[in-house]
Order: sequence, then structure tokens, then C-alpha cells
Amino acid sequence: MFAERQIPGDGTLAAVFSCPSCEREMAMLTNPYETQLVSGLDIKIGGRTVPEQPMELLRTSLDGARPDAFVEADASPAAATLAGDVPIAGRLTWSADALERLERVPSFVRGMVKRIYADWARERGIGEMTPEVMNRARTELGLEEM
Amino acid sequence: MRKIRTYTEVGPGGSSIPEQVAAQGDRLTARLKDIRSVVGIASGKGGVGKSALTANLAAALASDGLRVGALDADLNGPSLARMLGVAGARMVAGEHGIEPPMAAVGVRVISMELFQDGDDAPLRWRGPEADGWVWRNVVETGTIRELISDVAWGELDVLLVDVAPGTDRIGRLLDLVPDPAALLLVTTPSEMSRRVVARSVRLVREACVGKVGLVENMTSWECPNCGTRTDLYEPAGPDLSGRDGIEKWGAVPFDPRLARSTDEGVPFVLSHPEAPATLAIRELTARLLGELEAK
Repeated sequence: MFAERQIPGDGTLAAVFSCPSCEREMAMLTNPYETQLVSGLDIKIGGRTVPEQPMELLRTSLDGARPDAFVEADASPAAATLAGDVPIAGRLTWSADALERLERVPSFVRGMVKRIYADWARERGIGEMTPEVMNRARTELGLEEM
Repeated sequence: MRKIRTYTEVGPGGSSIPEQVAAQGDRLTARLKDIRSVVGIASGKGGVGKSALTANLAAALASDGLRVGALDADLNGPSLARMLGVAGARMVAGEHGIEPPMAAVGVRVISMELFQDGDDAPLRWRGPEADGWVWRNVVETGTIRELISDVAWGELDVLLVDVAPGTDRIGRLLDLVPDPAALLLVTTPSEMSRRVVARSVRLVREACVGKVGLVENMTSWECPNCGTRTDLYEPAGPDLSGRDGIEKWGAVPFDPRLARSTDEGVPFVLSHPEAPATLAIRELTARLLGELEAK
């Protein structure tokens, strides 16, 4: 079964699978072209950890995207997920540090990334988004590429 | 002896790849359920006026009271947003997907133009700089899928899809929408255009597309002074109508004001309601609607 994914940043992708019985591990390493083909299919190795976002492939793949293409919608619960998830109650506030960090995300995908973090926090009953919470979410959700 | 296990025995290892692909297909199917008729406007040949025709057909259909969407599937040379006057419009990621900008007479438009930075931005994807041919087609097909499935089109009577030049691009649309309500093949009276479009005719016939209509664009020019009509091209060989059962659904004369009007983002059929080209597009609209009704 899938155990871990690593994206070193050089275009390669490593996925580790382990046997649930004897824990023997096997790794799959792709070259940059294979990685690109997999991401071009909009497939997540290891399965999806967050619901697919609208235009996720385009927004994460387009180079030279228009910074103001999107009006940043309020990160209302699961507002833009495509799976028809039931919104989760609870208000989430963002600390100044978390907002500052979010500002560093390219604006073309910022709204989408914000929603993913917000949904993750709400599902865990977290009331305030901080850089530490973002780190946890990033690790748990495998958001290395976002 | 070494035992080699098959994919069926091992399974996807937790990645649920078949399920992820199926989910993409399900989203596409779900979106198409709210769209009564998908109509492709294609050619195979570039420069025959597909996009201007799409923009004006959309405006004509919407002004007849239909709920119309216009999808610019020409990723490398997008123009529909500008032609319909929504270039630079911002989009909102809403509850049901990306909400498309609303153009004149209520046409909902989506185009790569709306996502790219700058009028002169070439289409580029993140990925290995060299050997993009390995993966670029996969990303572009996925993008067109998203332009259909991830846009909150709402309930539409007609979704017009402006297909990029190239016979293979027609095949790409048919991969995603295997049963379009109709396909318009646009040509000009030139022999070169007819030869290229003939390949598209064969492709759509082999794909068993039900309703296929031929549209001859830029057929003639009418003198604004005396009204004399002159053919723009020398009489060529037999036209494509009748070939493989393809009928001609319309012929649209050339009008230099049409190009200017679409450049300015105002559909010609709205700005020049009495012009010969407008009347021809209105006739084509009526024919198209008749064919869609008869489906």
C-alpha cells in the first residue's frame, strides 16, 4: 500500500509503497517526463487527500498565469469543491503570520490553496490558522506541489 | 521460478488511479447533463473565420432568447473572450465551479485568454523545458476537459465549442463529448481550404457524428456603394456539400466591418443587424436550431 511521496524539486517523484503484511518497502522513482505525464493526467499518486478543486490542472500547470484572473472568493467551507461535500460548520480566523505566508502563494492559485487549508482545519475543529497549522496540513495533505 | 504479478493482482497501491480517472469522467458527464446541446464549430483549417462565426452565432442564439455558452477550445490562439467583449474579466470560484464571465446578451464565455497574463502571452505549461512533446498534449486535453467540466455553465440550451485548427483537435473534442448535438465545419471557397476540410469531413463521418453541417465563410463581397456582389475566390472545384452526406447549412459573405466589430468586442450581428453577413448568420442560426429541434 502507498506509504509516502517525495517531490525533491528536480522534476522527479518518489513514491514509497509498503507491504501491509511484512512491511517490506518498494520505491517507485519517476523521471521528470513521467512525473509531468502523471500530473498532466491530473492524477495524485497515493490518492487524493483533498477534494479536487475547480480547474486544478490548469491552475497548477499554466505558466504565465494572469495574477488577477480570479476574484478571491471567501474561503467558505468547501465552497468550491467539486464533490458536493457538505459544508462543515465553524468559523476560522487567520493569524497575521498565516496571512503573510498565504500572500507568498501565487495569486492565481491562492484562493484554491486557502480553501484547502481552511477545509483541513475545520475538519479538525481548528479555530485559528497559523503557520504551524499550515505546516501540519501541508505535510499531511502532501501539498508540496502547491 | 519468479512469480510476476499483474496489475490486477497488485492493485494501484492506494492511489485509486482508476477511481480518479472515473471521477474526472463523472464530473464531465454531470456537467453535460445540464447542457441540452453541445455544438462544435470546427474546420481542420486555420484562418477560415471559425471564432468570429462562433462569437456571432452565440450572440444570435442568445438574442433569440436561448441560454448560450461559448467555450474557446483553441488554447494556443484564444480569441473568443475579446470577440465577445469580456477580455480582462475576472472569474470567481463559486460553489459549482468557476463562474464564467457574462458577455453581450447573456452569453457565458470561457477562454484561455481569461487565464493568461498579457495579450501576447504564448501558451506555456510548467514542466521540463526540453521535450515538451512528451507531455503537452496530455495537459492540453485535460485542460479542455476542465474548461467543460469545471465551469459553472448552469443550465444551457446550447454550448458552442470553438475547436482549434487541426483535424486532430476535432478528435480531441469527440473524445470528451462523443455525441455532440451538431458539428459545423467551416470552410472558405478556396481549393486549399476545401482540401483540408475534406479530411475533417471524413473524420466526423468515420466517428459517426449525427448532425454535420458545412458553412462556407467569406464567400463573396458586396460593394457598399452599388450593392454588386463579387465572389472572393475564383470558382473552384465542386464544393464539399453532398460529400459523404454533408449538407451546406449556410454561406456567409465577407464584410470588413465584421472583423472590426469582433476586434472591438461587439458581435457584428448585434451592431449591424441588417448587413448581409448578419442575415446569413441569422439564416444559419435558424437552420441550426431546426436541426437541433429535429434531433
